[in-house]
Amino acid sequence: MRRAIQFRLNGESVEAQVAPHETLVEVLREEFGLFGARESCGQGLCGCCTVLVNGTAVSGCLYLAALAQGAHVQTVEGGTELDAVQEAFIERAAFQCGFCTPGFVLMTRQLLDEIPDPSEDDIRHYLSGNLCRCAAYPEIIEAVKLAAVKRRTK
Amino acid sequence: MKRATQAAETPQVGRSVPRLESWLKVTGRAEYVHNLRLPGMLYGKIFRSTVAHGRIKRIDVSAARAVAGVHSVVTAAEVKTVVPDPYYGPAFHDQPVLAVDKVRYVGEPVAVVLASDPHVAEEAVHLISAEYEELPAVYDEVEAMTSKAIVHDALRPAGTFPDLKHLKGKTNTNIALDFRLRRGDAAKAMKGAERVFEHRFRTQQVMHTPLEPLVSVAESTDSSITIHTASQSPSFVRIEIARLLGWPENRVRVRVPFLGGGFGAKLYIKLEALVAVLSLLVHRPVKISLTMEEQFFTITKHASTFRIKSGVTRDGRVVARDCEVWWNGGAYADIGPRVTQKSGFTAPGPYDIQDVSIDSYALYTNLPPAGALRGFGIPQLVWAYESHTDMIARELGIDPVEFRRRNLLREGRPQATGTVMRDAAIEKVLERTASLLDWDKPFERGTGVVRRGRGIAIGFKACISNTTSLAAVSVNADGSCTVYTSTVDMGQGSDTAMAQIAGEVLQIPTEAVTVVHSDTDVTPFDMATLGSRSLFHSGNAVKLAAEDARDQLAKLKRELGLPAETPVADVFRKKYGMRAGSVTGVGNFIPPYTPPDENGQTENATPFWMVGATGVELEVDTETGRVRITRLINVADVGTPINPRIVETQLSGGAIMQLGFTLFEKMLFDGEGQLRNASLAEYKIPGLLDLPGEIVNEAVVAEQRSGPFGAKGVGETATFGVSPAVANAIHDAIGVRLTELPMNPEAVYSAFKR
Repeated sequence: MRRAIQFRLNGESVEAQVAPHETLVEVLREEFGLFGARESCGQGLCGCCTVLVNGTAVSGCLYLAALAQGAHVQTVEGGTELDAVQEAFIERAAFQCGFCTPGFVLMTRQLLDEIPDPSEDDIRHYLSGNLCRCAAYPEIIEAVKLAAVKRRTK
Repeated sequence: MKRATQAAETPQVGRSVPRLESWLKVTGRAEYVHNLRLPGMLYGKIFRSTVAHGRIKRIDVSAARAVAGVHSVVTAAEVKTVVPDPYYGPAFHDQPVLAVDKVRYVGEPVAVVLASDPHVAEEAVHLISAEYEELPAVYDEVEAMTSKAIVHDALRPAGTFPDLKHLKGKTNTNIALDFRLRRGDAAKAMKGAERVFEHRFRTQQVMHTPLEPLVSVAESTDSSITIHTASQSPSFVRIEIARLLGWPENRVRVRVPFLGGGFGAKLYIKLEALVAVLSLLVHRPVKISLTMEEQFFTITKHASTFRIKSGVTRDGRVVARDCEVWWNGGAYADIGPRVTQKSGFTAPGPYDIQDVSIDSYALYTNLPPAGALRGFGIPQLVWAYESHTDMIARELGIDPVEFRRRNLLREGRPQATGTVMRDAAIEKVLERTASLLDWDKPFERGTGVVRRGRGIAIGFKACISNTTSLAAVSVNADGSCTVYTSTVDMGQGSDTAMAQIAGEVLQIPTEAVTVVHSDTDVTPFDMATLGSRSLFHSGNAVKLAAEDARDQLAKLKRELGLPAETPVADVFRKKYGMRAGSVTGVGNFIPPYTPPDENGQTENATPFWMVGATGVELEVDTETGRVRITRLINVADVGTPINPRIVETQLSGGAIMQLGFTLFEKMLFDGEGQLRNASLAEYKIPGLLDLPGEIVNEAVVAEQRSGPFGAKGVGETATFGVSPAVANAIHDAIGVRLTELPMNPEAVYSAFKR
């Protein structure tokens, strides 16, 4: 039933035994003790389970782990220092309970890779698939703008 | 002044310190119960009722038990072997750990499957079947007053609250509290009034939707149990679990890390009794994590109906007000009776009205239970009284802000309970909102397809009373500081605020303070993190504890003959000859309170008042009914902010959440009490695209003299005025009055076309 898959996880080569029905977020949690991507709505609608697969954001609660074979999977735990996005989220107070924050951080990185200087409208639309029940949205918009500046000046 | 000197040296209070847990949250490393796995742990999945009201004839779990990998299947029969009388609740002992004999709403837990693989448990749940003898059901709160369908055979008040005692053992009723307030003679004053207005308003059932769904883990030995739970009320959980098990409190340990949102969903007992019983039955750790769907079957916000009647003089003075409010509590009372009373007594609004009558009813129905949701009932009331206020003003041809001015409850005047208003900046909040809206300037409403309108609303809330908070503050041998409190940080920033308060007293940087998360073996009692009470109550307790520690240090210095400015580390080194020791201060805070008499009158109804107003400018598309908020103004009296930045995020976040309840969120039930939209696919919460064009948040300059450094709670304040301000603005734009929430495009369009 279970089969071995190999992939890169935050830059390191890893292997895991996965069942066909297991999702990426389950494998990250159960096999690697990574909790930054977390299941909330279970339908790919809230963005809390966001992880990057080969640089593209996916809903980890729907993405089957077996499909990660050979891919590069990045989670919010990657990296040893805070990046411009994380710094900006702290400086602009862009979270409250923090449960949705890793998803927003990863999605913002992808946004800034694609659009280095996004307009407010770009930000609202690009991040509209990530929900924050504490509604730190105005602060998130400000944080994304600040992160864009930080990235350009770094 | 002593405080000014301190503040100059170490201005911890009033500083926008970034949250202490910022790094943990942006790196995904913050601790939530969601993350917890214990060796040998079993996962529980719940089998739920498919009928709204019925006697359980038979539960067949044999096929589920036979599934490979299933550890066990548990029903009420097994629960009773651990807890013979398995009913819990803060106001009534009415809710069973698993359904006993009867089910009372669709989605009620009936059985649990345990397995070490949650997928196996879930699969087995689908193989359970149950047969019910269906009973007549009631869903509407007003019908529940007289319905022949009776949800509970006999009422079982918990005994904690004196005003529920008269309901003990009562049969043939769905009324779980009938709160009554009489001030003067409203009926007589109404007869003498020149104009009388009467309206009826409704609110819908909605859900908190914390993104971390409810989750609890229990592990037990023969003589102790530890519950790790996403709870806003660890102290209550300990007391209630100890009561259910018949154990002393010190054998029940409740731990709470960070919460992924709470909003009132994670109060009292939710999954804690169930995981505790399961763990004791199977002698292994048990975890239950609800799905987003299951949260809709666990706790919700009261739907309500409010009939409000006012007698008014020709020149616009409200002389009498008669309020009748029905709260749809669902199948179990939860904290509904407290919502009914504690919010009920503010039903006439922040107005100076001589003669007032209030009847507020908590009702059982066959719907998922309702509890507190960011406002403890207040948003439902403000929705009605501020829509009503606007309707009267417009009918009389008086400007709505001017009409409010004429009737405002001012400092020093008695509120409906008779309690005199103190430190409630009602007038200032109203005036500032009007000024930010440029209320006195002309406003362009448009004549085309898209019309524009603006509206204003103001509400107030009494903080729930009487409640207790304790705290301890330790100063360690190196001068660093540890705060022990059972206040739960669910995103509101309480850790940071408590650290700022301790830092201010001890004159050390906030960043040098650590706040220990709730652990009932370690942190002292606290009533709960709810109703915007924690900053005031726990904040005062932390302040007292820090002052106690500071005084102990000062005494130590005197004893050792050291000058006052000696660094703490040197004091301990001198005392112990090495780096050792610590001092611990304790704080015990309970504000004064006088219970109301039989007419709801008391001279001391609340330790503090919260005041919030909302200003709205919006556009209505008359062809689609779609409403777009272009400006949202939130003004509040929060006393003196401890952390201005966090205060602002609380105001803005609360208002946006309430916008969801105002414009689109609604739990949709069919005729059989079956919920039809229990998922984020069909139940939409506000996202980035729902954000108003502009948001302005402002805390007026104010001071809560009894609060820690002048502060008071803020978590709920910005929710109060949102719904009626939007309704008032829609009326201003298109001349149509909506009296039911939510005001979605369908409702707006239908009303406009009528």
